[in-house]
Amino acid sequence: MQFGVFTVGDVTVDPTNGREPTEGERIKAMVTIALKAEEVGLDVFATGEHHNPPFVPSSPTTMLGYIAARTERLLLSTATTLITTNDPVKIAEDYAMLQHLADGRVDLMMGRGNTGPVYPWFGQDIRNGIPLAIENYDLLRRLWREDVVDWKGRFRTPLQSFTSTPRPLDGVPPFVWHGSIRSPEIAEQAAYYGDGFFANHIFWPAEHTRRMVGLYRQRFEHYGHGSADQAIVGLGGQVFMRKNSQDAVREFRPYFDNAPVYGHGPSLEEFTAQTPLTVGSPQQVIDRTLGFRDYVGDYQRQLFLLDHAGLPLKTVLEQLDILGEEVVPVLRKEFDSLRPAHVPVAPTHAALRAAAERAAQAGETPAADLAGTGAEADR
Amino acid sequence: MTSRTLAVVSAGLSQPSSTRLLADQLAAATRDGLVGHGEGVELRPVDLREHAHDIVNHLLTGFPSDALRQVLDQVTGADGLIAVTPIFNASYNGLFKSFFDLVDADALGGRPVLIGATGGTARHSLALEHALRPMFTHLRAVVMPTAVFAAPEDWSAGTADGALRARISRAGRELAEQVHQRPPSSGPADPFALTTSFEQLLRGGDD
Repeated sequence: MQFGVFTVGDVTVDPTNGREPTEGERIKAMVTIALKAEEVGLDVFATGEHHNPPFVPSSPTTMLGYIAARTERLLLSTATTLITTNDPVKIAEDYAMLQHLADGRVDLMMGRGNTGPVYPWFGQDIRNGIPLAIENYDLLRRLWREDVVDWKGRFRTPLQSFTSTPRPLDGVPPFVWHGSIRSPEIAEQAAYYGDGFFANHIFWPAEHTRRMVGLYRQRFEHYGHGSADQAIVGLGGQVFMRKNSQDAVREFRPYFDNAPVYGHGPSLEEFTAQTPLTVGSPQQVIDRTLGFRDYVGDYQRQLFLLDHAGLPLKTVLEQLDILGEEVVPVLRKEFDSLRPAHVPVAPTHAALRAAAERAAQAGETPAADLAGTGAEADR
Repeated sequence: MTSRTLAVVSAGLSQPSSTRLLADQLAAATRDGLVGHGEGVELRPVDLREHAHDIVNHLLTGFPSDALRQVLDQVTGADGLIAVTPIFNASYNGLFKSFFDLVDADALGGRPVLIGATGGTARHSLALEHALRPMFTHLRAVVMPTAVFAAPEDWSAGTADGALRARISRAGRELAEQVHQRPPSSGPADPFALTTSFEQLLRGGDD
């Protein structure tokens, strides 16, 4: 099982002292968090993509390329890449380039983006959100898998004899997750291609996640990629930890109460009961996280949101220490011992490449999905 | 005999509430009408006051608490709806509007709705026509022609055969008739149900 952090990249005032980081400080903080994630033994760092204040990460591959150069093992990902407003041609190029620079330590999570005004800045319309996600992604897949593409669609100019460069590393496209909170069409899309499905699982009730993952698993099997319990599932999660749970609650409460997403609404206690947010001791986080498996089954990737709502970098780094030292080693051991042998781990580049080679030797079309078995060893 | 469900929503804020009283009388009149058509009736009274915090939280977080989810399902899954609000500043009160702002755009389509209101003076009665009726029309509900407004003089001077009573009876008959004519509700819609095939999506059909 893979563990990591994902960041939204918001610039938010620290409600306890009124301090607001500059954009530069926030960007550097995100990099520091990524480096720390590798240092404490996590597997994945994923950055959001946003094109409107108060968010800074508008250029994910610039940031991830920089992080790639300063890390050895860390898998670099997104949460999410805007499949609606980005040109799929540019996504194909940018992430293939990143794959080469990072020696394959790259995957992506597709998302639509829910801010209406952003769409026209990139020549699109939010009312076409789902059709854009479907058409653009289908093109993106072809650009990575076919050397020369002729293409015509609704939302961008046609392509004639187009070759996206560089070609994916070793001819193996990055693994793709599709993220969604409650759009069944996106679970269907992930299932159709045999891609991964990532449930946001922060800010939302567990019931959304249970229903969406259930639908994805069922349709994954329907499309013949494997049995439902072999589908590739990732979950978000949001935690704040201190040795004593009362200290965690006391320290986190002002950040919760003023948070951009849920602040000034439900109480911390209501929200922790209604959503997967866990504020407490490392043991509480371990217990709650292991419980996710009860409603999504054995899953492959767990990403935590640690750095939002104005929490200072120092605090976030302390959280990463706790996560790396006390929480993830236990979770890794527990989850791996619970996972049946026929349930794959999350795909890595090495595993996908090995699967492609095996398929080529056997004279088959490479099954780019579900090649994760054994990938944990390549981490 | 089939059993029909009637959600009876009151946005009254005081206890006891004249808005709740009017809602109950409208419900009783509708029930009598349905019984006259040979139907059984299950009333689902909803006092929005009890869910005020949850309603605001849902507006802010984008999802309902379990308790509010049940209420929304009871309302959107009912065969008929009676919706009654006190009139504040020449319109429905904020609690009433906030609650119906949480109802999915399609959830009340084609649903028979009886609207009522209470107010400090009869001069507010047209708020039913310029505020409540357009809101439910926007939700594509079928709003009964008779809307019932109760002012203080209706309660104090009203008698068992007075004008308010007659109006309540007529409105109840209208709603009963509309509910009776329709097949039973199939319950609240499932927001996670897949309603299209991927091949359809790929072809550019998004509906």
